[in-house]
Amino acid sequence: MSRRLPKGGRLIDRSRPLGFSFNGKEMRGYSGDTLASALLGRGQVLMGRSFKYHRPRGVVTSGPEEPNALVGLGRDGSFEPNVRATTTELFEGLEARSQNHWPSLEHDVGAINSVLSRFLPSGFYYKTFLWPRAFWKHVYEPAIRLSAGLGKPPKRRDADHYEHFNITTDILVIGGGISGIAAASAAAKTGVDVLLVEQASTWGGRAPVDGVRIDGLSAEEWAGTTLKSLQSMPNVRMRSRTTGVGVHDHGYVLLHERLNDHAPDHSVPRHRLWKVRAGQVVAATGAIERPLSFSGNDRPGCMLASAVRDYVVNYGVTPGERTVILTNNDDAYRTGLALREAGLGVPAILDTRQEATGPLAKAARDAGLTVRFGCGIAGIVGRDRVERVQVCSQDGDGEVIDEIQADCVAMSGGWSPAVHLWCHAGGKLSWNDEQAHFVPDRARPPTGANGVTMMQVAGTANGAMHAGAALESAHAAGVSAGQALGMGRSGKPDRAPEGEDEVHHPMEPVWLVPARAPYSRRAKSWLDFQNDVKVSDIELAAREGYESVEHAKRYTTLGMATDQGKLSNINGLAILSRELGAPIEEVGTTTFRPPYVPVTMGAIAGEARGELFQPVRKTPIHEWHDANGAHWEPVGHWRRPYAYPMQDESVHEAVKREVQATRSGVGLLDASTLGKLVVKGPDAGRFLDMLYTNMMSTLKPGKCRYGLMCSENGFLVDDGVVARLDDDTWLCHTTSGGADRIHASMEEWLQTEWWNWKAYVANVTEQFAQIGVAGPRSRDVLNALGPTTDLGKEALPFMAWTDGALGNVPVRIFRISFSGELSFEIAAPSGQGQALWNRLLEAGKPFGITPYGTEALHVMRAEKGFIMIGDETDGTVIPQDLGLHWAISKGKDDFLGKRAQEREHMADPLRWRLVGLETLDGSVLPDGAYAADKGVNANGQRRTQGRVTSTYYSPTLDRGIAMGLVERGPDRMGEILEFPAIDGEPVRARIVSPVFHDPDGERQNA
Amino acid sequence: MPESVTPLDGAVCSGFVTINDAGLAGMILLRADLDDTDVVSALKGAGIEPPGTGELAGELGNGALWMSPDELMILCAHDEAEATVATLKEALGGLHALVANVSDARAVFRLSGEGPAVREVLAKLSPADLRQNSFPPGRVRRTRLAQVPAAFWFAGDDEAVLICFRSVAGYVLDLLSKVATPGSEVGHF
Repeated sequence: MSRRLPKGGRLIDRSRPLGFSFNGKEMRGYSGDTLASALLGRGQVLMGRSFKYHRPRGVVTSGPEEPNALVGLGRDGSFEPNVRATTTELFEGLEARSQNHWPSLEHDVGAINSVLSRFLPSGFYYKTFLWPRAFWKHVYEPAIRLSAGLGKPPKRRDADHYEHFNITTDILVIGGGISGIAAASAAAKTGVDVLLVEQASTWGGRAPVDGVRIDGLSAEEWAGTTLKSLQSMPNVRMRSRTTGVGVHDHGYVLLHERLNDHAPDHSVPRHRLWKVRAGQVVAATGAIERPLSFSGNDRPGCMLASAVRDYVVNYGVTPGERTVILTNNDDAYRTGLALREAGLGVPAILDTRQEATGPLAKAARDAGLTVRFGCGIAGIVGRDRVERVQVCSQDGDGEVIDEIQADCVAMSGGWSPAVHLWCHAGGKLSWNDEQAHFVPDRARPPTGANGVTMMQVAGTANGAMHAGAALESAHAAGVSAGQALGMGRSGKPDRAPEGEDEVHHPMEPVWLVPARAPYSRRAKSWLDFQNDVKVSDIELAAREGYESVEHAKRYTTLGMATDQGKLSNINGLAILSRELGAPIEEVGTTTFRPPYVPVTMGAIAGEARGELFQPVRKTPIHEWHDANGAHWEPVGHWRRPYAYPMQDESVHEAVKREVQATRSGVGLLDASTLGKLVVKGPDAGRFLDMLYTNMMSTLKPGKCRYGLMCSENGFLVDDGVVARLDDDTWLCHTTSGGADRIHASMEEWLQTEWWNWKAYVANVTEQFAQIGVAGPRSRDVLNALGPTTDLGKEALPFMAWTDGALGNVPVRIFRISFSGELSFEIAAPSGQGQALWNRLLEAGKPFGITPYGTEALHVMRAEKGFIMIGDETDGTVIPQDLGLHWAISKGKDDFLGKRAQEREHMADPLRWRLVGLETLDGSVLPDGAYAADKGVNANGQRRTQGRVTSTYYSPTLDRGIAMGLVERGPDRMGEILEFPAIDGEPVRARIVSPVFHDPDGERQNA
Repeated sequence: MPESVTPLDGAVCSGFVTINDAGLAGMILLRADLDDTDVVSALKGAGIEPPGTGELAGELGNGALWMSPDELMILCAHDEAEATVATLKEALGGLHALVANVSDARAVFRLSGEGPAVREVLAKLSPADLRQNSFPPGRVRRTRLAQVPAAFWFAGDDEAVLICFRSVAGYVLDLLSKVATPGSEVGHF
């Protein structure tokens, strides 16, 4: 039984008890506890069920590498699944629930999987559920999904908010243990900016637990003093509860700061994602202890040796009364000493080695601890809890020598440096035989933009496993980081802090306990606790040909899910290497990818949620639209009125009314979103002749011309009206969504290809509000506002423009038409856009002026057969497909897309080309419908011969009209096509001219 | 002539940084070869001192911002912008240049707070290096603010001017207000 000890616990404050609940049961812990230590303090070792077999699982570690003790934390909007109990700081009112069991943690029906584990080997999905085929989707997968899995996703909207924070620093030190502190200290003295971060709420790492002494002080005292002096330096910043989660190219590092997980407060951000640009990164990330693989090593009560002493020393709780220690190294002897000091039972230290002569082993013997060399564990007796440990010879096949009464096993298979961050950005590893672990290969580091090392490794993360060596390594890393930034080359070199350096007896690589364990025991020897991968699974994968470590991982799920194999990776690949008969360094590791530990989705999203999810672009007249009932349509990031339904009017009815009002009187359109690009210079005409398919250099000042732009591949990408403002200045209108893209493309051509052409481009889209006034009475409305220039048919003919004032507003008036009506587009400074709109509305009242939205605009352009980029085009359509030959210059030597359009496929007479489509029954064709052809294609699908690109109800004609691309379309006028509908009879439509209304254009020339 | 309105229409927001509509401002886009001595003397003739790379000369209402190696933004009073455009065009004469009044294309914010508060608010939204030494008053940054382009400079140690496109003025105001929520101070700079 785990319990709270009567005294001790360096991190807890016994005067501040905190209430919390676990699976609805009220419990108490202390301020400073983690959820895991508080649960252990209340006798709760069982904390979860495993992923596949639903085996009962207890906490294994005391840190972020925890695979088992995952809980659902909080409720409703604050619920979060898969939270590690080992890193969750306790707070008053914390609510936690265990996961992956039904009906309860203690009685789980899914545990039947454990009994069936023989039949659920690695890859069992692929092997078992192949037949009958249809059963996978409808029977097997739903059942498996129900039984497998960890936490449940939250059902409510997240009640918290999050933010990002960008900083630049010279040196970022990740890890606030003694090595991180020493590295930061050394770096700071070179005078550069240093940011030191620590994932936990306390500093000093595990050195205080391990009794390390530095410069004659205890690790805790030394850390306190050093931090204080760092704090007083203006160039040093420090932050706890901040984890380095990803190191990316060129010193770009992501940090995950948890501001108030320990004291929830919805009014301020919960997490902050730091985006750090660091000149040099120092990883002082420590090392992770490895479990040992023996039969029953997943039973609650089996823990890492370091975690056992962490709980005793840091939190004053013990995982058990009688702890058996199983080790292949000296370090785990510390656990025996710590337990003995706390007055707890240590019936035996089972050391797989033949001897241990270091000072720790000596101290253990001096303390009267029983050490049994050459021993291992054959098995564990006990179901939900360790009850007895079966001792065997490590060299043997698991024959039980004797049994020891124990409720806890503290295991240590050695330590693996946390090399994750080093590897994220491309750092390579080398294998150290003596310590049996991978260490960062300093000869192959991650490099920055200049090809030079951007990262240093400090302390145990660098394989310096003892305090003395670690501090030396850390100091050197800090100095190197400063030097890499050109600092600290001169002056007296500062000395490294001196750590007490015990001599250890060499550890012995042990990958299986006992060495010749038979299959029955290997099948109960866990490598990956979270994903239920055992020694036998890796062996099976190897036998089945999964020789690459990456394949073996995916086949067996070793190292997947929330812990990403922090405990299991090295043990797993050691088994794989043994099975393959290849050295570990040749088998290699799986790829270390960010993030190091899970990061909340909220932190990644930052401020971008709710109203701020995406920017909404608003025209100068937006508020008026909103106040007047606009039904909105997103156009890029813009919001444009789709229509303005009046009371009791449907959107469809509103569109119909708006079209009819414009065709019969006058309509008003906010066209401010149109792109407006000014192009000026002696070479501007030549430049535009290259960008547009038609000739723009010959346009006369004062005139407008419709133009098409194609990509280098000949496809139509944008269109719009170009106005020539003066001799060397043109104003190019683009589509609403195309302004930024076309502007960027113009700059690109000018900067990279035609860099010596004298032309400048300016995007003035937002300088102007642009208002379309369309309809037979449009000129009357403008004239009512006292224009300063003559707007008559002769003075301002179709496709001309003029500057002046209208209703006292300075304007530029273009006589252009997208509706087919007499029409003007008026540009005014944005700051006066609303005023101009108001004046036009007022002046238009006698003429029944009607604001219209984008749908009326679309209907009217379709009635006229005008194409729309994005409807008639989709990136595969060339202007010739749309019958726009008239807008493609024959006289120009070159323009973007010209050569591409001459390719065989582009000139194919069988290309689908633009036509009008008129249903025989007057109905509206479904959008995107395909015209069926005879026969089937190679895939057995019905052949097609065309498709609908635009389709509307035309209020003007009171029938459905459509445009479409049809094979040889223009040559087939009058033919009837069949469009299969999703339900019901196919719709029959006749091929007609795409111009349905006023084919001679008399109305727009009025 | 109707009165011009700013997109923010006088909006004010107070968090640990105060966000104000800076009001109407004259802004003139100039593109020209800034290394060309003729261009430089033409500008000086028009009373404009070209700023150094990445710098601001003068202030909002009377100055110039460096926008790129061949682009400046001339700052003047809003109602003098058209006249300034005319002066500039005349001064530049036949030189290759583009001058455009873009006074209405942007929104202008004034941010003020205590100590490094303004730097913190900007750092929550922009990747720029905002350390005092790297970005003192007199320098200007074109950068992004969350998902939109923006530019800013410090008018004093604890006050910044920020410009963004007019259409996203509301988005930027909401962004700034959100990240200036009292209690969310970072305490980094």
